[in-house]
Amino acid sequence: MPPSGEVSSSAIAPVGRIGAGLLPASRYADVVVVAPQDRLDHANGDAFSLALEPYLADCRPGGIHLVLDLSALRYVSSAGLRCFMLAAKQAKAQGGEVVIAGMQAVVREIFEISRFTLLFKVFDDVSAALEALSPRAAQVHRGR
Amino acid sequence: MRVRFWGTRGSLPVALTSTGVRRKLRSALTYALEAGVTDVDALLANLDRDADFAVTHTYGGHSACVELDTGAGEFIVCDLGSGARPLGNDLLQRAAAGRPRIVNVFLSHVHWDHIMGFPFFAPAYDPDWTIRIHGGHAELEHALRLQQSAPCFPVPFDRLAARIEFVRLEPGVPHMTNGIEVAIKKQRHSGDSYGYRFTRSGRRLVYTTDSEHRPEDAEEAAGFVEFFRGADLVVFDAMYSLLDAISVKEDWGHSSNIVAVELCQRAAVKHLCLFHHEPAYDDEQIEQVLRETVRFEELTRGEAARLMISSASDGLEIDV
Repeated sequence: MPPSGEVSSSAIAPVGRIGAGLLPASRYADVVVVAPQDRLDHANGDAFSLALEPYLADCRPGGIHLVLDLSALRYVSSAGLRCFMLAAKQAKAQGGEVVIAGMQAVVREIFEISRFTLLFKVFDDVSAALEALSPRAAQVHRGR
Repeated sequence: MRVRFWGTRGSLPVALTSTGVRRKLRSALTYALEAGVTDVDALLANLDRDADFAVTHTYGGHSACVELDTGAGEFIVCDLGSGARPLGNDLLQRAAAGRPRIVNVFLSHVHWDHIMGFPFFAPAYDPDWTIRIHGGHAELEHALRLQQSAPCFPVPFDRLAARIEFVRLEPGVPHMTNGIEVAIKKQRHSGDSYGYRFTRSGRRLVYTTDSEHRPEDAEEAAGFVEFFRGADLVVFDAMYSLLDAISVKEDWGHSSNIVAVELCQRAAVKHLCLFHHEPAYDDEQIEQVLRETVRFEELTRGEAARLMISSASDGLEIDV
């Protein structure tokens, strides 16, 4: 269900399963927040990318901003990081942007060691990401 | 078995710069002033205890050359990068003490940084020596002759006095050298490269350089896990950060510290040695990569046994 660009005050939750987990997604105005759960590695990387694809397709000027909320992600392997890299690459090619929010300490360290912090804008939490990306989305998020 | 590193740099030899030397001096002098230590020996001992390796030493700049020393019998060497020059001089001295004048070389591939030391390898100029060059490529001899052809080098290959033999190895066909079983594995690299596994009396060394690993290729990863399985030491090309290795430097034929740890953890390897250092890195950057790799291993260890991690430097010795 790719976002339409309409302002919405309600979250779109969960939209699909990735392996044994879920990829919850929420929409705030022109921002979609997706939240991979638990682990992302070679076992569920393809499923994650597949579930992300509808949002990525609309991550372009006039479309949406995409926030990867990693607050529920405990571990990411090289294969999982590659999924993030491909998402960033596609968004950039379309003129859009994917940002990261809410990393747990372990995942943040993995991002730093792998230099993935150079690839993404990283925010402490979803609120901070929305404030930076879209005042409208931040407003919707505050009033949810 | 003792693994002795003669060259550990990737792609191109480098030298410690004056700026780098001054930085080390400043750090050491600052330490001495703050500690109030005036005795030189005491100061050096304290620095060795307290300071980073990058302050007291250098990782060195020779390109790939690693010796596997059994302490007796024929010599065994992986790759002939610029580190082969000091190695060759050392071999002359050790042979004078009674070791056979035979060197078994195992080439990962014939890219320049892995063969450039051969024209400066002293045993090649001595008729009493035999040099057996093993590898998976068909063009081993062609490549070594080519780099000594005019106008690139003044001494043609045919003027080398040593007996030089070439031995083609096949993946899946074990080979015995000096009592050591050698297995070979094809790797992803421009023109292919080959990794080597040396096994003797239950001890196992894997030398795997210039090998690109694709995180998305689970089958390929499983093959390397099997090749590394239970190794006491894996010498691994960790030239780039993971981000670089799978994005802007994809297809450049190298890998990262992240993938090194992942594969070694899965294979229950005991000791990982980061190798083929990026030539643009100074000592501090290489040491930072080591620190971060140690931390990554801690973060991802789980219930498994600790994977020991070190970073190769010219002159380093590791007993296997």
